[in-house]
This record gives sequence, structure tokens and C-alpha cells, in this order.
Amino acid sequence: MADLGAAGVALALFGGAIRASTPFLFVSLGECLTELSGRINLGLEGTLVCGAMSAYGAALLSGSPWLGVLAAALVGALLGALHAGLCSLKRVNDIAVGIALMVLGTGLAFFFGKPLIQPRAPMLPALHVCPTCQFAPLRAALDINPLFLIGVALAFVLRWGLANTRPGLVLRTVGDSSEAARAMGYAPLWVRLWATMAGGALAGIGGAFLSLYYPGSWNEGLSSGQGLIAVALVIFARWRPLACLFASLLFGAAGALGPALQSIGVHQGTYLFNAAPYALTLAIMIASASRRGTRVSAPGELGAMH
Amino acid sequence: MTSLTLVLGVQPGMRGRWLGRIAEAWALPLLALTVALLAFGAFLAACGVNPLAAAALIWRGAFGTWFSWQNTLQKASPLLLTGLAMALPARVGLMVIGGEGALVIGGLACAVIGPTLAGLAGSAGGALLAQALMLAGGMAAGALWLMIPGALRFWRGVNETISSLLLNTIAIAVMNQLVEGVLRDPLSLNKPSTVPLAPGLMLGQIPGLSVHVGLAFGLVLCVAAGVLMQRTSFGFAASVNGGNPRAAQMVGIDVGRLILIACALAGASAGLAGAVEVAAVQGSATASLAAGYGYSGILVAFLARHNPFAIIPVALLLGGIAASDGLLQRHLDLPDATVAVLQGFVFIAVLAAETFSGRLRLRCRLWLPLPLSLRGEPRDG
Repeated sequence: MADLGAAGVALALFGGAIRASTPFLFVSLGECLTELSGRINLGLEGTLVCGAMSAYGAALLSGSPWLGVLAAALVGALLGALHAGLCSLKRVNDIAVGIALMVLGTGLAFFFGKPLIQPRAPMLPALHVCPTCQFAPLRAALDINPLFLIGVALAFVLRWGLANTRPGLVLRTVGDSSEAARAMGYAPLWVRLWATMAGGALAGIGGAFLSLYYPGSWNEGLSSGQGLIAVALVIFARWRPLACLFASLLFGAAGALGPALQSIGVHQGTYLFNAAPYALTLAIMIASASRRGTRVSAPGELGAMH
Repeated sequence: MTSLTLVLGVQPGMRGRWLGRIAEAWALPLLALTVALLAFGAFLAACGVNPLAAAALIWRGAFGTWFSWQNTLQKASPLLLTGLAMALPARVGLMVIGGEGALVIGGLACAVIGPTLAGLAGSAGGALLAQALMLAGGMAAGALWLMIPGALRFWRGVNETISSLLLNTIAIAVMNQLVEGVLRDPLSLNKPSTVPLAPGLMLGQIPGLSVHVGLAFGLVLCVAAGVLMQRTSFGFAASVNGGNPRAAQMVGIDVGRLILIACALAGASAGLAGAVEVAAVQGSATASLAAGYGYSGILVAFLARHNPFAIIPVALLLGGIAASDGLLQRHLDLPDATVAVLQGFVFIAVLAAETFSGRLRLRCRLWLPLPLSLRGEPRDG
């Protein structure tokens, strides 16, 4: 790619947007569901890492990467249930529980993941969109993982389901006013339990993508805070699934900036370029928040946010 | 001989409430710790490890010998400061978890200032002045760093938990960039670091202990912060805002000023922890500055229920658990993440125990054998 210069960087950013965006996409859609129910789960970073480890272990034991994805979803749902269960106790703060789950999730992942660092698990297959492309970087950029397509489809399904189906309406009612939901005969605690479990399951699948496709191995430095960024990204996306999709693509591209610049010979500032997604997240949070404006589209019950 | 029943704290009077609060401050964390340790024991048993052997090892590694005590104190001293960094904003109602970043920035500032003052290392007074400047620099840098999430929260409504976590990553990236770039000591080959401090500028140890003076700084700051929070009008305003921000605004408390001061104090203590790490332990800034003390401090603060005085015993306890890490790995062949799992269990239990806060009625009946002539009627309320 060295001889391509700026075009190579653009191509790498495009490839990165497709390849690296999937974890962001799944975590942010999951967090979107959870936050629409009126709770914030900051622990999805821990769920992501735990999901990555369980997926790798299950794929190794069963020989099937798809069973790995299933295991990651189950573990994620369990961690989500733990979050929802703790938050349903009175006087327990959801942000604090999220921090605790971040500690517990990564701790459990590293504890059980120690024997998984050496062996090679079967990887998720890629769909070769353009197998006949002569040009290798373009061919690589167009290798698409099925999970990415599932994630994109899921964003559209959620967009439609939240607006047009009964469960979507119930979820948003609970998130906006649990009083109103209770008056209508729905139990907010149960709705939040399901929403948080679904969110955890999606975050677990995002982790499975990390360990079973890209980068495609298990080690303790696997996640570099994607789970956390994805949580921040939901606020920027104003709790809209399609906006989550576009934000995830943007962040996938931002994450590919450092390696892409390195490949064309820019060796200065590697660390700073790798921190670009974090700085970008912060900048976006500052730009999109305002003292009064943020609340407009926020779920009403998201009290701890502001 | 008969017995006397003392019923404490059930009367609605002031003394009863005061006793109840004291009991709650101790009982809730102890309850949480007990539950967490039992759950952790069950977890170990499920993994095929004898929990009693693990408990004995943790005890031996943390408090069993004089050597392990020194080790524990060594590990506890940064936790005192990073625990404060979490607890002070929490009293104002903010969940700022940027201790790790402020520690790194404080350490970096100390490592930048130190070598420029090498000329002062010759005389005792000069060295003392240089050390004071280095530590003050670290504190100021950490304070400014943590004022960012506070200011963003107050003026822009940005969630301070997320922004402070992002700032942690950014701080570590900035440090790595500088340590491997412009600030790199050309002589540091394998492990990039800044120019080391002159030996005369390194902080010494507490007399009689092989523990550096950072421990004393931490203890003094915890006590000072405790007095500030519990005995001054600033602390009162902070807890009003922490309990009910709208009430604080109604009574005319300057909330912005409150938030900025609390964040600055928090950043200063984390920055001091980083400066001590450079000036007493490592001698220069390297990638190992980000060793997770900032993150462990979060748990310290929650277990202490954000009470600066309580941070002292909690930091000792968690420092002890951290000090027993090596023993657990060597003797029971457990992975190094074992302590992280235990911390996770404790964290969850502590938060779950919060649900009992304010609802704990102390019914402590003391059964004392007493002569018949002193027999009192049991009171009940």
C-alpha cells in the first residue's frame, strides 16, 4: 500500500469502516436498547471482553465459531441480567453498577482466558464480495464478515421495531416514564431486565467478533475500550439505531487511521493516532451536549445522565 | 445473677440516629465484604481450589509477617490518594473515574520538572525545595486534568463518567507518545523512559520502615479531606449538592465552583500519587506509570462509602489483597486476574449493600451478666 499514498489511506479507512466497526455497532445497538428502557449500562466494556473470551473458548471446544458467537451472547445476557437485577434494588446507582461490572467482566475474562492465549480457535468465515478483484488491498477491504451484515440489518430492524411494534412502544414508554408504563399495566423492572439482557447479549456478540474475526485471537489487550466508546456513541447518536450504524462506521474508520498512516510511512505520533477515536468521542460529546439541549431526545428516565 | 438488655439506636432521638449512622457506616461494608468473600470462596471451590488455603495465603501475604505488612503499606499508599480522587467528586454527586489519567499526567509533570531542577540536588535545602516543586507540579497537573470532566459536566452537561474514562486513555496515549518521542532519554534503550531524576532528588523512606514517604502524604491528605468534608461549610455544601442538586441550587450554593474545587482536589491527590510514583519508586516516567492504581482507587472509595477517613482502613485492606497476589499465583497456580475477580465480587456486593442504607435499624442487644441490684427494665422503641 506504500506506493498508493493518500488513496491507500482512503482505502484503508474504507476497509476499516467495514472491518472494525462491527464491535462498535453491536455494543452501541445493545446500549441503545438498554438506555431507551431508562438505564445506562457502562459495564458493556466488561461484557465485550467477557464475550470475546467465551466466544473464543466455546469455538475452541466445539470446533464451531458460530457456537462461540452463541456462547458470547449467553454470557452477555447473563451479565446484563446481573446489571438489571442489581439496579432493581432501591438506592443502587446504575452508573456505579456499570463500573463494577467493568471490573468484574474483565477480571472474569482474564481469569478464565489465561489458558486460551496459546491455542488457535476456528475463525468466523469472511464473505468475499469481490474475489476476482485484481487489486489486493481492495479485495481485502471488501472481505465482509456476516456479523457485519447482521448488525446492519439489525440496525434497520430496530429502527422499524422501536417505532412500529408493541414491544418497541412499551420499551420507549418505560424509558420515558415508568409511572405511565405502570399505569398502563406494564412492569418497568421486567422490561428493563429484558432490555438490559438483550443489550448485554449484543455486546457479547460484539466481543465474539473481536476474538473470532478481527483481530481474531484472544489476549488481554484485545479490547482497547471499544465498549466504552460505543456507550458514549449512543448519546451522540441520540438513541437512534440508524445513527448508531453511521457513528460505528465513522469510528471504525477513525480506528484504522493510525495503522494506515503507518503503512505509508508516517511513523510520528502512532500513540496519538491510536488515541484518535477517544479524542473524537470526547469532541463529539462536547459538541453534541449542551446544558439544556441534550435532554430533548433523551429517554426521560435516564436520570443519572444529567 | 440476671441480665440486662441494652437496646441501642431504636429511639427516634438524635443519639439513636447518630448511633444508627455509625453502625451503618461499619455494618454495610462489613456485610458486603463477608458476602463477597463467601461468594469468592465458592467461586474458587467451583474452580477446584481450596478456598481456605487461598484465604490463609491472602492473610499471610497481606498481614502475616512484618515483610508482608511493609508490602501492604507500599501498595496501599497510592490507593489512599487515588481513592480520594474518586471519593471527593462523589461527595458532590459526580462519578469521576479519571484517577488513572490524573495519576499519569501528575507523574509525567513530575518527571518533566525533576531533571530541570537537577542543579538544586547538591544542598539539602535545595533538594527539599526541588522535591516540593516536583510534587506541587504533579498535583497542579493532575488538578487541571480532572477539572476538565468537571467543567464539561457543569457547562456542557457531558456525562462525567464517560468523559473521565476517555481522558484516562488519552492521558496514557499522551504519556506514551512523549516518553517515546520528545521526552525520551537517549540512554533508555529497552524500555523508553524520560531522563531519570538526580539521586539526590529522590524521595526517601519513612524512618523505620522500608516504605516511601508517599504513605505519609496519603494519610495526611485523607485526614485533611475528612475534616474538610465533615467539619467545614464547604463539605456541608458538597453533601447538600451530592444529595439533592436542586436543593443546593435553591439555597444558593455555587454549584459550579463546588464541582470545580472537588474535581481539582481529586486531581491533585491522584497527581500526587503519580508524582510520588516517579519521585520515590521509578525515578522517571515510563509506560508502567499506568499500573491500574487509579482504577483500584474506585473500589477503595466505594467500599469506604466516599468517606475520606474510611479510605485509610479500606486502602490497607485492598493493598493487602493486592500484596498477596504473588503468593496466590505461585502456590495455588491461580492466574494473575484472581485479585481482579475478587475485586469485582467485592464491588458488586458493596453496591448491592447500598440498598440497605438508611433502612438499617440497629437492634443491638447486649446481654451482660449483672448483679440483681442493677437489673434494669429493657426498653424498646
